[in-house]
Amino acid sequence: MSRFKCLAAGLALALGISSAAQAADPLKAGFVYIGPTGDHGWTYSHDVGRKEVDAKFGDKVKTQGIENVPETADAERVIRDLATKGNKLIFATSFGYMNQMEKVSKAFPKTIFMHATGYKTGKNLGTYDVRTYEGAYMLGVVAGKMTKNGKLGVVGSFPIPEVIRNINAYTIGARSVNPKVSTRVVWVNTWFDPGKEREAALTLIAQGADVLMQNTDSPAIVQAAKEKGVYAFGWDSDMSKFGDKAHLAASVLHWGIIYNETVEKVLAGTWKPTPIWYGVKQGAVNIEAFGPAVPADVKKLAEERRDGIKAGTLHPFTGPLKDQAGKEFLAAGKSMPDSDLAKMNFYVEGVEGTVPK
Amino acid sequence: MIEVLIPILAGTLAAATPLIYAGLGELVAERSGVINLGVEGMMLIGAVAGFAAAVETGGGAGVGFLAGAAAGTLAALCFAVITLSLAANQSAAGLALTIFGIGLSAFIGQHYVSHSLPGLKPVALPLLSSIPLIGPVFFKQDMGVYLSFVFFGIVWWVLAKTKLGLMLRAVGESPESAHALGFPVFAIRYGAVLFGGAMAGIAGAYLSTVYTPLWVQNMSAGRGWIAVALVVFATWKPGRLLLGAWLFGGVTILQFHAQALGVRLPSQLLSALPYIATIVVLVLISRDRKLLQLNLPASLGKSFVPGR
Repeated sequence: MSRFKCLAAGLALALGISSAAQAADPLKAGFVYIGPTGDHGWTYSHDVGRKEVDAKFGDKVKTQGIENVPETADAERVIRDLATKGNKLIFATSFGYMNQMEKVSKAFPKTIFMHATGYKTGKNLGTYDVRTYEGAYMLGVVAGKMTKNGKLGVVGSFPIPEVIRNINAYTIGARSVNPKVSTRVVWVNTWFDPGKEREAALTLIAQGADVLMQNTDSPAIVQAAKEKGVYAFGWDSDMSKFGDKAHLAASVLHWGIIYNETVEKVLAGTWKPTPIWYGVKQGAVNIEAFGPAVPADVKKLAEERRDGIKAGTLHPFTGPLKDQAGKEFLAAGKSMPDSDLAKMNFYVEGVEGTVPK
Repeated sequence: MIEVLIPILAGTLAAATPLIYAGLGELVAERSGVINLGVEGMMLIGAVAGFAAAVETGGGAGVGFLAGAAAGTLAALCFAVITLSLAANQSAAGLALTIFGIGLSAFIGQHYVSHSLPGLKPVALPLLSSIPLIGPVFFKQDMGVYLSFVFFGIVWWVLAKTKLGLMLRAVGESPESAHALGFPVFAIRYGAVLFGGAMAGIAGAYLSTVYTPLWVQNMSAGRGWIAVALVVFATWKPGRLLLGAWLFGGVTILQFHAQALGVRLPSQLLSALPYIATIVVLVLISRDRKLLQLNLPASLGKSFVPGR
C-alpha cells in the first residue's frame, strides 16, 4: 500500500500536479517494524494502528513504516535516517531497538522517540506497551476449560520478561479454572520463522499438548494445530482464517489507541515521556474471535474475567501464587506491582522446565 | 523410545525437504561453475507464485509446485542473462537477486496475506510404511517429500552416470577446455542455472503450499542461505547434500524435542550450527589442496568469455 502511495506521490511531483501548500506542514511519523507487515501477527497489528492514525488525522499527519529492520546496528541507521528525513515522531516496535533508540534520541533532541516494550526513557524518549499478559491470562482461562488431558503448550520466542510473563499468565489463567493443568514451553529463538514455529508446535503436540499458545508472530502454529486436530489461539490478531475449528479465540492488540493518543499529544504540544502500559482497561488488548468449538459458558466465563480486569477487580497476578519450587512469591490477596511484572524472570507453578539462561 | 524417535526423525525429513530442493538446484548450478547467491530470493518468488497460483486456481500444491518452478526459472533467467551473457560478477548479481526477490515477493504477496491453503495430507506407501521405525519415518510423508527423493535420484544419476553430467562437470572445471572440445558451454550453464532456479522455486512452493500453507512475507527466513551453505558443506556431492540437509533440519527438531522434554541444551548455539559446520568444512577442505581441487569446481564464480 505504502509503495503505491510513494509511487503516486512521485508521479504527482513529476507531473507537476503538486497540491496547494498546506496551512501547516503535516507531522511526519515514522514506524520501525521488526517483521513484515504481512506477518499477520505483531507487526501487522502495529501497522493496523498506524493506519488508524492515518484515518483519524488525515492531512495533519504523514506516516511511514519501515519493515524487516533487524535489532542490530542496522536499526540505528534506519532510526537515524528517519529522524534526518524530518520525522518528528518515531515509533520503534520491538524490544531490541532499545539501545539504538536511546542513542539516536540524544542526537535529535527535538524529535520525539517512542519505544515499544522497552524500559529506557529520556527527555524525548518515551516507552509504550500493551499488557499482553492480560490477553494471555484470558486465553489461559479458555485453555484450562478446553484441554482434555491438562497439557498446554507454548511456543516462545526469546526468554525475556515480556514472554515469560505471558507464559505465566496463561498458566495462571488455566489453573484458575483447572488446577491440574501444566504448561510446556519450546523456545524458537526468533520472532518470526513460520517453519520453525510449525516445527515447535508439532513437537509440543507430539509430546501430548492439546491446547497451544504462541508468543511468536506468524499463524503457522494455528495451522499446525488444525492439521493435528488440537486447539490454538490467535496471538496479536485474529487468526481464525488459519485454524477454522482449531482456533479457540484470539488475544488482539489495538495499538491504534496508543498511537492516536500520542499523536494527539504531540500535535497539541503536551507530550511527556511518561511510560504507557495500557491493557484491557484502555481497550488496548481484548479477547476476540471466539471459535465454534468454544461452548457458550466458556466464552461467558472468559468475558466475565475480561470485564473484571476492565473494572479493576481482577488482576491476573494475584496471590497466593507459587513459583516452580512451590515457594509462595505473592501472598494471598496481593497483586503484583508493575515494577515486579516488568522484570519477571522465573516460571510460576504449573510451568514445566527451566527458563533458559 | 520409538514413540519419541518417530516424530523427531519424521519431522527432520520434512524440515530438510526445502533444503534438499534448493540445495540440489544450487549444487547443479555450482557444478557448472556458476555460483548463484540468489537462492533465498528465488525461493521467495517461487513461494509467492506457488501460493498465488494454488489460491487462484484452487489446484492445490501440484499447481503451486509448477508455478513455483516456473517463477524460480524466470528469476534465474534474469540472473543468467546478467552473469552469463553479460559476464557480470556472479556474487553481486546473486545478492541483488536475493534482495529483489524479497521485495518482489512481498509486493506480489500483499493480497494473499490472509489466505490459507489446505496443504497436503501425508500418504502412507503400502507395505513400506509398515516397516517398524523406517516406515513411519520415511514412508508416511507428503508427496512433496517423496518428490524430493525422486529429484535427488535424478540429479545423482545425471551427474554421476550420464554424458550430460560429464559435460556439466567439465564446463565447471574448465569452460575454456570444454569450449575447445566443442561443448556448448553457454547452453549448459544456462541450463544448470535455470534448473537451480526451478528447484529453488519448488523449495519455496513447498514452504508456502505444503509445509506452512500460508503466505507471509519473508517466510523462507534464511533457508535459501542454509541451502547455499549446504552445497559447500556437501563438498558439491549430492549424497552428502542429502545427509547435510537431514543434519541441518534435524538439529532444530532435535533441540525442540529436547526442550519440551526438559533437557537443557544451548538452543542459540544449536541454531547457529549449520553455519558453524559449513565454516569448519570450508576450513578443512581449504587446508588440503588436493581435497579442494578434487571437489571444488575450478571455475566456480568466474565468468566465461570465449576467446578472451
